[in-house]
Amino acid sequence: MSKVTGDNEKHPLDAYLRTERLPHIWCPGCGCGLVLSCFIRSLLKSGLNLDKVAVVSGIGCTGRVAGYIRLDSFHTTHGRAIPFATGLKLANPELKVVVFSGDGDLVAIGGNHFIHAARRNIDITVLCVNNFIYGMTGGQLGPTTPLTARSTTTRMGSIEEPFNIPYLAAASGATYVARWTTAQVRRLEKAITEALLKKGFSLVEVISPCPTYYGRMNKQASGLDTMKYYRSNSVIKPDIDLKYADIKLNGQIVVGKFVDIERPSIPNL
Amino acid sequence: MPEGKYLAGEFFMSGDEACAEGAISAGCRFFAGYPITPATEIAERMSQRLPEVGGIHIQMEDELASLAAVLGASWGGVKAMTATSGPGFSLMMENIGLGLMTETPCVVVNMQRGDPSTGLPTLTGQGDMMQARWGSHGSYRIIALAPNSPQELYDLTIRAFNLSEKYRLPVLIMSESATAHMYEKVVIPPVSEIEITPRRKPTASPEEYLPYKPDSDLVPPMANAGDGYRFHTTGLTHDERGYPAMSAEAQDKLIRRLVEKIEKNRDKIIELDEDGIDDAEVVVCAYGIPSRVSFRAIERAREEGIKVGMLRLITVWPFPEDRIRQIAGQVKAFVMPEINYGQVVLEVERCTGGMAKTIPVPHMGGGVHTPELILDAIRQAVR
Ligand SMILES: Cc1ncc(C[n+]2csc(CCOP(=O)(O)OP(=O)(O)O)c2C)c(N)n1
Ligand code: SF4
Repeated sequence: MSKVTGDNEKHPLDAYLRTERLPHIWCPGCGCGLVLSCFIRSLLKSGLNLDKVAVVSGIGCTGRVAGYIRLDSFHTTHGRAIPFATGLKLANPELKVVVFSGDGDLVAIGGNHFIHAARRNIDITVLCVNNFIYGMTGGQLGPTTPLTARSTTTRMGSIEEPFNIPYLAAASGATYVARWTTAQVRRLEKAITEALLKKGFSLVEVISPCPTYYGRMNKQASGLDTMKYYRSNSVIKPDIDLKYADIKLNGQIVVGKFVDIERPSIPNL
Repeated sequence: MPEGKYLAGEFFMSGDEACAEGAISAGCRFFAGYPITPATEIAERMSQRLPEVGGIHIQMEDELASLAAVLGASWGGVKAMTATSGPGFSLMMENIGLGLMTETPCVVVNMQRGDPSTGLPTLTGQGDMMQARWGSHGSYRIIALAPNSPQELYDLTIRAFNLSEKYRLPVLIMSESATAHMYEKVVIPPVSEIEITPRRKPTASPEEYLPYKPDSDLVPPMANAGDGYRFHTTGLTHDERGYPAMSAEAQDKLIRRLVEKIEKNRDKIIELDEDGIDDAEVVVCAYGIPSRVSFRAIERAREEGIKVGMLRLITVWPFPEDRIRQIAGQVKAFVMPEINYGQVVLEVERCTGGMAKTIPVPHMGGGVHTPELILDAIRQAVR
C-alpha cells in the first residue's frame, strides 16, 4: 500500500531541472513547460551523455528554458542563440548542442542565422517553440503570426504572410525537419529524440499555446481550448509538398516528419 | 600542436598578418569573422594558419554572428578572436555586452577606417575610440589596447589574450588601417619564450561550484561546457549561481564587481610609453599611428629648444587618469593628435582639471597628421 509522502511531490524529471529556481515564469496553460519535459524525456531516451549536452537559448518566454534545465546552459542575446551554438559546437565537437528558443527569436531577429546554419548544415539541433506571437514582450506580431490574426501591434488583424518554418528550413538545407503540436506528445518526443541523434542541422518546430496573448486575442481563451484546436485540426502528412504546410488563422496544421536526409555536416565532414 | 607550425625569427609582414600570428602564438584556436577592409587579411591568414595548428576558422553571415560564435567557442574551452572595422564593430556592440556580462574571455580587433558609416573603407581613422569605451549599452569597464606598428600588433595581440583570460572579458585591440596595411620587420620569439595566461579553472566540485563567485581579485574561475559542471550563464543580471536575479541589490553587487575587477587592477593593466616627461613644458599624448608622426614633431621641437615629452598610450582603456593628473601638475600643456574630431583628448582634459592646457590636433581621417601640424601645436602650447 502506498502512502502519500512528501516524496510524491517530486516530479520524476526533477533531477534534470534547477528546482531551486521554481516556480517558473510561464503562465498557466503555456506550452513551454510541456515542450521542456518532452525534451528531457527525449534526452534520456537518446542515451546521450548529459555532461556533454549544452542548451543554448535566445531571449523570450521560451528562451527561459536554458535557465531551468540542469545542464550546461546559455541564455544569450535575442536572436543569437544559433551563432553562439555554432561557435560552441565547433570549439568542442564532442558536445551535443541544442538551441531551444521561440519563433521570434529564431526566424525574425535571428532569421539570417537560422537559414545560414541550415545551409552550412552545422551539427546542432534546434527546437523552435512556435506560439504565433511574441510572448515575452506582451503579445506583438511575430514572423509566424497567421494572416489576419490579432496581436497587440495588429489590433485589426495582421496583413503580413507568416513564415512557414519547415518550408524555410528545408529550402535552406536542414537534414531533419519535423513539426508537431503540444497535443501530440509521444510523436513530439520521438521527433526530438531523432533530431538529437541526427548528424547535421535538425529542426523540430513545436506549435505551442500562448493562452495569455495569442489565445486571448484569437478566440482560444484557455490553453485547453488551444489544445482542442490542435487535436481537431492537426493532420499528419509527412509527404506533403512543404509549400502547402503553411498555417492559416485557426486553420489546419500539417504535422509530421518532413525531411530526414543525409548531407555532409560541419564539423563532421 | 604539430612541430614547426609556430613561426619564430624575423619576418617582413603587414600589421594584419602580425596580428594573426600574435593570435596563433597566444593559443587562439578559433576565429569567426566577416570580411571587411582593412581587417580582411587577418581572417584570410587565420583561415590558412588555424587548420595548420588544429584550430578552426569560420566565415559567418555577419558580425553579430561572428562575435556570438566567438563567445560560444570561448565557452567551449577554446581561445577565440574576431576582427573587423567600424561598420562591423557597430554590429558587435550587442555581443560585447553579452561577453562583459557573462565574463567571457575573447579578443576583438578593430582596424579603424575613415568614419562614420561606410566612410573611407581603405583609408585610416581613429573614430571608434569612444565607441570602444561606451558603445555597448550599460555601465561597464573595458580594456582596449592601441598598437602603433606591426610588431606591436603581434605583441599586443598576445597581451590581449592574456588580459582577457586573467580578467575574463572581451579585450579590444583598437588599431587602424594605416598599421593594418603597413609592412615592417616583426620579430617572433620561440614559442617557449612566450608567456601565456591559462584559463582559471574551478577547484570546487560540480556540486559546490558557483560560476560567478569571484576569487579575491574579483574574477571568478571559469568552467567550460562539457566539463561536467552543468552550470548556467545568462546576460540577465545574475547571482553567484549564475541564476537570473531581478533586484536592485543583485544589480548593485554584480555591476560593482564587473567595474571594480578592472578598476582595482588598473596598475597591472595600464601600459604607457614615456619619454622626456620629467623636465617637459609640453607633453604630446598620442596612441596608435599619430604617435609615430609625433616622434618626428618632438625631435624638431627639441631642436628648437622646446622641452617636450611624449606620453604614448599603449592601453587607452582603462584610461591612465592618475598619470595624466600627475603630469598636468608639472607641465603647461598637453598636445593630442588623433584621427578624429577629438575623442580621447576629452579624457585628458577631464583629468587635467584645468591644471594644464589641452590642445587637440584633430584629423578627420583618410590620412595621418603631418609632423608640422603637431609641431605647430607644440609651439602654440609654449607661447
Ligand atoms: C535586441 C532586442 N530586441 C528586442 C528585445 C525584446 N524582446 C524580448 S523577447 C522578444 C520576442 C520574443 O518572442 P519569441 O521569440 O517568439 O518568444 P516567446 O516569448 O513567444 O516564447 C523581444 C522582442 C530584446 N530582448 N532584444
Ligand atoms: S506569455 Fe504566452 S508564451 Fe509567455 S509564458 Fe505566458 S503563455 Fe507562455
